[in-house]
Amino acid sequence: MLDGSMSTPRTLFEKVWDEHIVRSDADGADLLFVDLHLIHEVTSPQAFEALQTAGRPVHRPDLTLATIDHGVPTVDRELGILDPLSKKQIDTLIANCERTGVELFGINDPRSGIVHVIGPEQGLTQPGTTIVCGDSHTATHGAFGSLAFGIGTSQVEHVLATQTLAQPKPKSMSITVDGELPPGVTPKDVILGIIARIGFNGGGGHVIEYRGSVFEQMSMEGRMTVCNMSIEAGARAGMIAPDETTFDYLKGRPYAPAGIEWDEAVSYWRTLSTDVGARFDTEFTIDAADLAPYVSWGTNPSQTIPVTEMVPDPASFSDPLERDATERALGYMGLESGIPITDIDIDVVFLGSCTNARIEDLRAAAKIIEGKQIANGVRALVVPGSGLVKLQAEDEGLDQVFLSAGFEWRDAGCSMCLAMNPDVLQPGERCASTSNRNFEGRQGREGRTHLVSPAMAAAAAIEGHFVDVREWS
Amino acid sequence: MEPITIITGQMAPLPRANVDTDQIIPAQFLKRVERSGFGPFLFWEWVHDAEGELDPEFIINRPEYADAAVLVSGPNFGSGSSREHAPWAIEDRGFRAIIAPSFADIFRGNCHNVGVLPIVLADDEVARLTELAEDPSNTVTIDLAAQSVASGDLHATFEIDPSIKNRLLNGLDTIALTLEHADEIEAYEESRPAWKPSLSAVLSAEY
Repeated sequence: MLDGSMSTPRTLFEKVWDEHIVRSDADGADLLFVDLHLIHEVTSPQAFEALQTAGRPVHRPDLTLATIDHGVPTVDRELGILDPLSKKQIDTLIANCERTGVELFGINDPRSGIVHVIGPEQGLTQPGTTIVCGDSHTATHGAFGSLAFGIGTSQVEHVLATQTLAQPKPKSMSITVDGELPPGVTPKDVILGIIARIGFNGGGGHVIEYRGSVFEQMSMEGRMTVCNMSIEAGARAGMIAPDETTFDYLKGRPYAPAGIEWDEAVSYWRTLSTDVGARFDTEFTIDAADLAPYVSWGTNPSQTIPVTEMVPDPASFSDPLERDATERALGYMGLESGIPITDIDIDVVFLGSCTNARIEDLRAAAKIIEGKQIANGVRALVVPGSGLVKLQAEDEGLDQVFLSAGFEWRDAGCSMCLAMNPDVLQPGERCASTSNRNFEGRQGREGRTHLVSPAMAAAAAIEGHFVDVREWS
Repeated sequence: MEPITIITGQMAPLPRANVDTDQIIPAQFLKRVERSGFGPFLFWEWVHDAEGELDPEFIINRPEYADAAVLVSGPNFGSGSSREHAPWAIEDRGFRAIIAPSFADIFRGNCHNVGVLPIVLADDEVARLTELAEDPSNTVTIDLAAQSVASGDLHATFEIDPSIKNRLLNGLDTIALTLEHADEIEAYEESRPAWKPSLSAVLSAEY
């Protein structure tokens, strides 16, 4: 089936799905082969333990990569892991990998970092593959035209044991954004704008394909930011068809194919686009000109508005549950209806996470802050997505730009995106964050998160409140 | 996994939309390597008040709901993180089913694997169950084989994927089921192109 020659027009998603069916069950579920299984310390220990108890081996350690990202400290690594529970969790992963032959990028390996940053960086994330990980932001890898989705620990165990996963086939959705993005509107704003429009569960049960000129012109880093947050619209996965931008990114990376295999791979990858006439179950179209820099005001990512707008009034929602949710969100966030977003003062800036901690994100933020100082009373952290991103940024002198402006320059990890390590908001602190979730308590108990792009976060750090980067210098 | 056939018990109403898995169990409690014992951390921020004391008003803290076996909540329940610790905590606290107008996809799959039954009912049916649940003397009976939910004047049916239903009814080990097809997995593996990604195929140790 590798030549893609089937008579019925198919979507990109259907092509990748079909290619991985090991067998189809009579009652509707397909057993899919998993090309790449990424694991980390938080969602794997119970899976390894259950496997061991059942006397089952890891079926394909050669298709499994482990990293340590959620619980690692991002400063003073030479002191080791001070939190005893995190230490035990990390030591458990190290022992499990040693015992089963799974490759682990250890904490001091420069290739280590956030699981969704290192897969692409190493050239392991390739078009047309199936990728799973015990982490909902696995959708990131769909930027390469792979089918990538998050799974739970029982499924991690299933994949370790069989390298497959039984799944009912999701529906397909296309989100087309055509036109030219206005200046100052970044990939993060594109995905926040999409989620604000389709809703927090607007993609539920679907795999989204992002289509249109905006994505065709986007860098791989930008495409990863977009696909990463597919889960924040409830989607199973997000995908973008691979093209020359994808191939250029992958060529020469450590685990990418080379020589004649590269040519074979690329000729297959070129078949991975949605056929003319293929049908999606659901379709959305957005005009790029309607997008703006966004700031979230509430406690889920769809509670997001353009930076030019005011915090909404609960009374403006007709659905009682939504009205109640808005009231709860405003109460938690300590915000009043009707105040301009740009009047909101911030305490902390977090530049990091699997959404926005790649080199392009750091460059965008550094460009904004170069030669300036962060506002009095603001604490600003930069947490690169991987050891290699950190090294590259240092090569480019970005670390000095951040340090001179008053930012903290840290080691790679998930950090304050989910606050499992010591990087935690204090109660009541308000954070401009380049991460992906603004849930209650996500960045620390009673912490208040506003989701923004790296450029918007950087400008907020300088001013001490949100500003419209389009009008700010 | 224990088979699920009939679930009968009290309902706990939690009429909120978009209950995410960070609310069900915050990240600071995901550091344990054990599979059990997550119940005490369920809805951590909601079961405690601002002073860190147990909030006697929060539904699962109320003594009259101590035996609740079914959670009745709002749409998009279980959104966000893929952490299976969320259904582990729900199960550990004694809940065997969750009824809501919709669930997040990953969470729903995790519930099936843990043996907590996620049931989607229509908005008006969930609303009626929520009303019934406000009286702790009311109970609900869920019959998985019949795909039915009954409480007071409410009689509803729900959809479930037949393969999942069969697995839950019989408490089947999904890995053992898959391994029955090991020959088909092997045949698939032999057909894979050599250029597919592999950790054993690193071309250069330097970067």
